Amino acid sequence: MFKQNQGVTSSPKSRLLGFATLLGLITLFVFAFFLTDPDVRLHPTTGEEIGQFDAVRLLYLHVPMAIIGPYLAPLVGAVASVGYLIKRTPWWDVTAHAAIEVGAIFCGLVLVQGSIWGRPVWNTWWEWGDVRIMTTLILFLMLLSYLALRRVVADEHKQARRSAIVALVAAVNLPIINRSVEWWESRTLHQKSTLSELKIEDLTFFTLMMGIVVFLMLFTWLVLHRFRLGWLEKESLKQEALTAIEERRAEAATNEEETS
Amino acid sequence: MKQFMHDLLLVAKKDLRIEIRSRVIINQVVPFAILVLVLFGFALDADQKTLRTFSPGLFWIAVLLSLLLAIQRSVSLETVNDSLTGLKLAGLSPVAIFFGKSIAIFTQIVFLELLLTGGIIIFYGSVIEDPALWVVAGLVTALAVSVTGTLYGALASGLEVRETLLPILLLPVLAPVLIGATKAYSGALGETVSNGWQWTGLLSLFALIAATLGSLAYGVLVEE
Amino acid sequence: MNVIELRGAMVFLGRFPALAGVNLTVESGEIVALQGANGAGKTTLLKLCAGLLPLGSGSGKVLGHDLFTEQQSIRRSVAMLGHTSGLYEDLTARENVIFWAQASGLDKATAHERAENAIRRMGVEERLLSLPVSRLSAGQKRRTSLASLTVRRPELWLLDEPHSGLDQDGREAIDSFIKEVVGVGGTVIIASHELDRVSSLSPRVITVAGGIALENEDQ
Repeated sequence: MFKQNQGVTSSPKSRLLGFATLLGLITLFVFAFFLTDPDVRLHPTTGEEIGQFDAVRLLYLHVPMAIIGPYLAPLVGAVASVGYLIKRTPWWDVTAHAAIEVGAIFCGLVLVQGSIWGRPVWNTWWEWGDVRIMTTLILFLMLLSYLALRRVVADEHKQARRSAIVALVAAVNLPIINRSVEWWESRTLHQKSTLSELKIEDLTFFTLMMGIVVFLMLFTWLVLHRFRLGWLEKESLKQEALTAIEERRAEAATNEEETS
Repeated sequence: MKQFMHDLLLVAKKDLRIEIRSRVIINQVVPFAILVLVLFGFALDADQKTLRTFSPGLFWIAVLLSLLLAIQRSVSLETVNDSLTGLKLAGLSPVAIFFGKSIAIFTQIVFLELLLTGGIIIFYGSVIEDPALWVVAGLVTALAVSVTGTLYGALASGLEVRETLLPILLLPVLAPVLIGATKAYSGALGETVSNGWQWTGLLSLFALIAATLGSLAYGVLVEE
Repeated sequence: MNVIELRGAMVFLGRFPALAGVNLTVESGEIVALQGANGAGKTTLLKLCAGLLPLGSGSGKVLGHDLFTEQQSIRRSVAMLGHTSGLYEDLTARENVIFWAQASGLDKATAHERAENAIRRMGVEERLLSLPVSRLSAGQKRRTSLASLTVRRPELWLLDEPHSGLDQDGREAIDSFIKEVVGVGGTVIIASHELDRVSSLSPRVITVAGGIALENEDQ
């Protein structure tokens, strides 16, 4: 599905996926920002207007990103890293790199966007002690250090091995971080599950589900392209190596003529 | 097994003997750790009550910062004259090297913890209210950071940017240890009523996982 | 018995083919000098023979052990002196030699005994033995390195530029050491880009160029 080496990162199928993702994003924006209602509820006793009002619209982006960034992407990255440590083939390494790089972007966005949403709704930019915020932040930093490590190790095999170990440790550490933050302040502003409050036929629910599907498509599309870019890099290195072997042989041949 | 213990102790004793000879820990890391405690005092406006309240966290931050120096030192011992190759040629198992180096770091960290405890008692007016928790949590945390540090030292070794890379690789991974150790010491120093033993349990779990993963991964790294 | 047998050995450093198909046979008791320019592959060849680098393709045996599957056994029976001393700068010369003796699996008593012998044999000056290695001269360091390798009683010696940076005295000490090793049935491979330094040992000379080893016919 992934392999191809024509010097470009797109293929007819991925172009189709990209186009569908773009359409999906436009539709999602229309639903999230125009068709759905703002969150307004009446307080059961006082009759005051309460709720998230227009800020709720950000959730249609936040929830899908928060599923992919801190959960799906590191999971894919960790599985691919284990795959690399077992199989030692570049396919696994490039896959892990692609998933983690895109995951880091999603994590970063989810933190910024969550912070923007938190200001009107929770009345704070940042909530120390919230399990999900803190876990995502620490994960984000670990993903950044993974990318930093990849950048500075020149040798291809060393790079793959060391990165795989870093990704694996991060993934194993994640539940411990989560548990420690949970015990730490034992408070969270996050809803247990927003979904249980919603009815299936609700437009809100539909939009949220659509958001998840569209963002999964976006994630796949981005990872696919990042993978192909990484693969092209490997291919070009391989080509360089073949040239280097020939040069090495030529060098030896000249020397042989001189000696004899 | 006998051979394994022989190799492990050999490496640990060698690292510690070098430390005793070169006095890098005594002459550089200890003053640095004390300096960190003093700097917190300046930053928090020399208010002993505030300092005492936050002493568990400040204590462990001083330990983690000193750990970074100790790890850098431990790595450079093997890389400066490429002694690691010699260890490989001698047929030492990577697992023995890993635990040997970890034990040397562990000993240095425990030593630092003792001095820093003296530091927070003198500077911040802290009191050890639960000695058992203080000892156990101190040892378990030292173990957790030593094995993790040894692994990450190896991950960053041989790179020109080792000094700058190590902190960003290691510190996020140690985030739960900082939280746990701070909570455990809050209990031990009587600053808050905390379930310190529960935290010590979490720290032990971390140490166990780090030791297992570390010893496996170290072999992969040494064989590059 | 052939100490080294390489057939079409290739070694990749990353993607770079540092060795591009080496054929080499070395018999027991030989002194072999590898000569060639910097970057020709001399050091890589030595490291391959020490079991420190993975064989990319081809086949090879060192001391009868396969290079693909028995790297561990090879490592234990060769001594390699690289560009770096391998010593711990803050320990004394004596402590270093004893450490390396113990590291090769010897018990304490044997390690001490062999270390003292090795130190005497290499002629490390007695008054320097209790100084940290960092304070020794290049020549004394080189002697200490060799002493720390002899304690393991290796059958094959791989020496990378052993004469570099040494004075006349030091170079002669290295030469007489090599003769001694060969005298008792050991095998020595020396990498050197200055052939006249090793000529007194009348070695078999092999030119390494472009990652390939070429036998010099006139030798």
